Amino acid sequence: MSELTTVPKAIGGPSNFLDERLGAGNFLKRNLRKVFPDHWSFLLGEIALYSFVILLLTGTFLTFWFKPSMAEIAYDGSYAPLKGVMMSQAYASSLELSFDVRGGLLMRQMHHWAALMFVAGMTVHALRVFFTGAYRKPRELNWLIGVGLLTLALLEGLTGYSLPDDLLSGAGLRITEGVAISLPLVGTYVTFFLFGGEYPGEDVVSRFYSLHILLIPGIILALVSAHMVLMWTQKHTQMPGKNRNNHNVVGAPFYPAFMAKAGAYFLFTFAVVAGLATFAQINPIWLFGPYTPADVSAGSQPDFYMGFLEGALRIMVPWEINLFGTSHAGTLPLSVIIPALVPMGIIMTGLALYPFLERWVTGDKREHHFAERPRNNPHRTAIGMTAITFYGVLWLLGANDEISANFHISLNVTTYAGRVLIFLAPALAYLITYRICLGLQRYDAGVVSHGVESGVIKRLPHGEYIELHTPPHEDIEAHVRGKEPVLMLPAAPDSAGIPPKGMRGPLGKLRARMSKAYGGEKIPLGDGHAHGEGHEEEEHAAIGAGDDHSLTR
Amino acid sequence: MTRITAWRRHPLARYAVLIFALALVGMAYTAFVQVGKPADAALASGRVDDVAEGKALFELHCSSCHGLNAQGISGKAPTLIGVGAAAVDFQVSTGRMPAADSGAQAPRKPEHRWVNPDSIRKLGAYVQSLGGGPQVPGKEQVDAKLGDAGKGGELFRANCIQCHNWVGAGGALTQGKYAPNLNQASPTQIYEAMITGPQAMPVFNDSTITPEEKRSMIAYITSVREQTDPGGFGLGRIGPVTEGLVAWIAGLSALALAAIWITAKKRQKS
Repeated sequence: MSELTTVPKAIGGPSNFLDERLGAGNFLKRNLRKVFPDHWSFLLGEIALYSFVILLLTGTFLTFWFKPSMAEIAYDGSYAPLKGVMMSQAYASSLELSFDVRGGLLMRQMHHWAALMFVAGMTVHALRVFFTGAYRKPRELNWLIGVGLLTLALLEGLTGYSLPDDLLSGAGLRITEGVAISLPLVGTYVTFFLFGGEYPGEDVVSRFYSLHILLIPGIILALVSAHMVLMWTQKHTQMPGKNRNNHNVVGAPFYPAFMAKAGAYFLFTFAVVAGLATFAQINPIWLFGPYTPADVSAGSQPDFYMGFLEGALRIMVPWEINLFGTSHAGTLPLSVIIPALVPMGIIMTGLALYPFLERWVTGDKREHHFAERPRNNPHRTAIGMTAITFYGVLWLLGANDEISANFHISLNVTTYAGRVLIFLAPALAYLITYRICLGLQRYDAGVVSHGVESGVIKRLPHGEYIELHTPPHEDIEAHVRGKEPVLMLPAAPDSAGIPPKGMRGPLGKLRARMSKAYGGEKIPLGDGHAHGEGHEEEEHAAIGAGDDHSLTR
Repeated sequence: MTRITAWRRHPLARYAVLIFALALVGMAYTAFVQVGKPADAALASGRVDDVAEGKALFELHCSSCHGLNAQGISGKAPTLIGVGAAAVDFQVSTGRMPAADSGAQAPRKPEHRWVNPDSIRKLGAYVQSLGGGPQVPGKEQVDAKLGDAGKGGELFRANCIQCHNWVGAGGALTQGKYAPNLNQASPTQIYEAMITGPQAMPVFNDSTITPEEKRSMIAYITSVREQTDPGGFGLGRIGPVTEGLVAWIAGLSALALAAIWITAKKRQKS
């Protein structure tokens, strides 16, 4: 075979045609070499992206057979235990999809598993971005898009969950109605608008269907595109390391290395979703039976991403206010409004505002293209763990009936424990995380100043045993040395004792105090014998210069 | 470094050892549990006078809590006058009675050594003689083949699942009580539970749910529990809780491992 020196005509011709009309060559030349940094956690967002692709494809398949109608019919399909039972057309067509359409059950299960992976992928991606501070300038807007996507995903899940009109989805719908109707003043209007009359009415499935297959996915698709374009133009953050700085990106080019990895990761995601759908049954609607408002089952649960709202509802104390002491004047059911709105409000608003709050506290207006290691901003990491614990306690308590039934704990005990833990556990999480971060920083300082343990014990002529330390690998050292102190506001009063502008008044003083606590260098690097830690000073007194990279001790 | 030493120092070695140890402990536990189970009681033979023999059994095994004349002891156990043979058959054949301790609820457990169909019949005859009550249903009354599963399913959803869950997987009640799993209950036991209302369960008498309807409900319960899950492993059939666990533990862990794998750098030989 001869060496290939010119482009074959079969490739050159069409390429030229396209290039002359679209100018694609220039675009590709610029973008195919785009560099992507490499770290496993940077792929987590792709779980959500690829699950979304799977959702669009399997969802389209499902629309071919699903009938979004609440008209009552007698079931006459092939699932024997429901023969002759009256049910809505939506439920009957979901049963048809499951039992009478070839591949229908697999598609339904893939759609549902992909939905769970979609939200789970978004969650871990958001956590990665949060804990590495990757939302900092200039990426705040992309972070906000992400928060919007997460909210929409919950809404998409809620509407999709209600479509098959089985008993379990009906229970979820009933809670949705309960929340809507508990809103002060507008509650009844909102409910009648949503359901087209008395609950459950005959419209809600077709309305949710339009939202679920058209409006919300459309917005999600647009926001996902915006998310990707912004990421592309702003470039991905990278972990600190050798030869990396705030103005470059070290990694693999999009073509071929990153494209191959992304392609492989799509296949992995597909394999996991298809594998789960093949081997693990999800949402067996035929077991739940058709929805009638009179029936409700033990163990009725929402999908996991709504679990924290369920948990909030379950541990809430039964408070309600009758206006003017009588229910005729109107009732404010705090026992529904608070769990429905407060946890969600805290988490979503907190996520959206965090980048701006952090900047307000630290006064950090610089651009950041490094992913910060979580330990190096201990207060942020502790706040993140606090939020996770808050969410986690609610999530766990959303399943308190299953916990009670399967682990033989009194249901009442789980509820009372939940009411205490929802306040106690986040506070503990804050303290523990903060101390762990400092501990890890101290460990890093130790690695930089006198190397890593080599595992070699040496006996000195006079009998003393010492352990040899070797200098850390240069990649590791560069990674550790990428640490930057968290910025602090200049809060020191001037010579006349007047604090700087913006630090006056009660809010300003609070800001200055928060800045002082949040920012600063807690454990300076390059000094393993942290200042002010007397006992360590003694312990290492004989070691010599802290920054010596030869074998020290 | 020999190959075995290299394996021993492999980063995954400690996990392998941990999993091995856990498996070993698990197997040992299972073996002990098997040994601890009592052997099936041999069938007692001979029937002279059921009521008299039932009274003797009662005095031996039940009277310490229910009183010598089944009148009940306040704060300890209810009276058994009028509960009928069906209640005796349900409680004793499921191992709930004699109770092991006075907890929130007596659980289903392996029957006691003296319990067999014969001794239950005698005990039932004695309790029946005290003040009547529901009788043990006949074979035909609980024959699932004669019931209409579709109709039974509707009744099951309307009356049972708020405590027992949509497939009878059970659920929690207040103060440590619970609605048990229905998978182990025989058709006769299901019927008896409905007519006697054991523990926290209400009574569904024949005017609330007719005997034919009860038979249809049994037909539904047994047909659904014998069903092979068409979608793969049933995950306990308790709904989104286990599904969420699987999504996070199996799905997300697998994908995180995949991400670590494809972004891993080749280790440099030093």
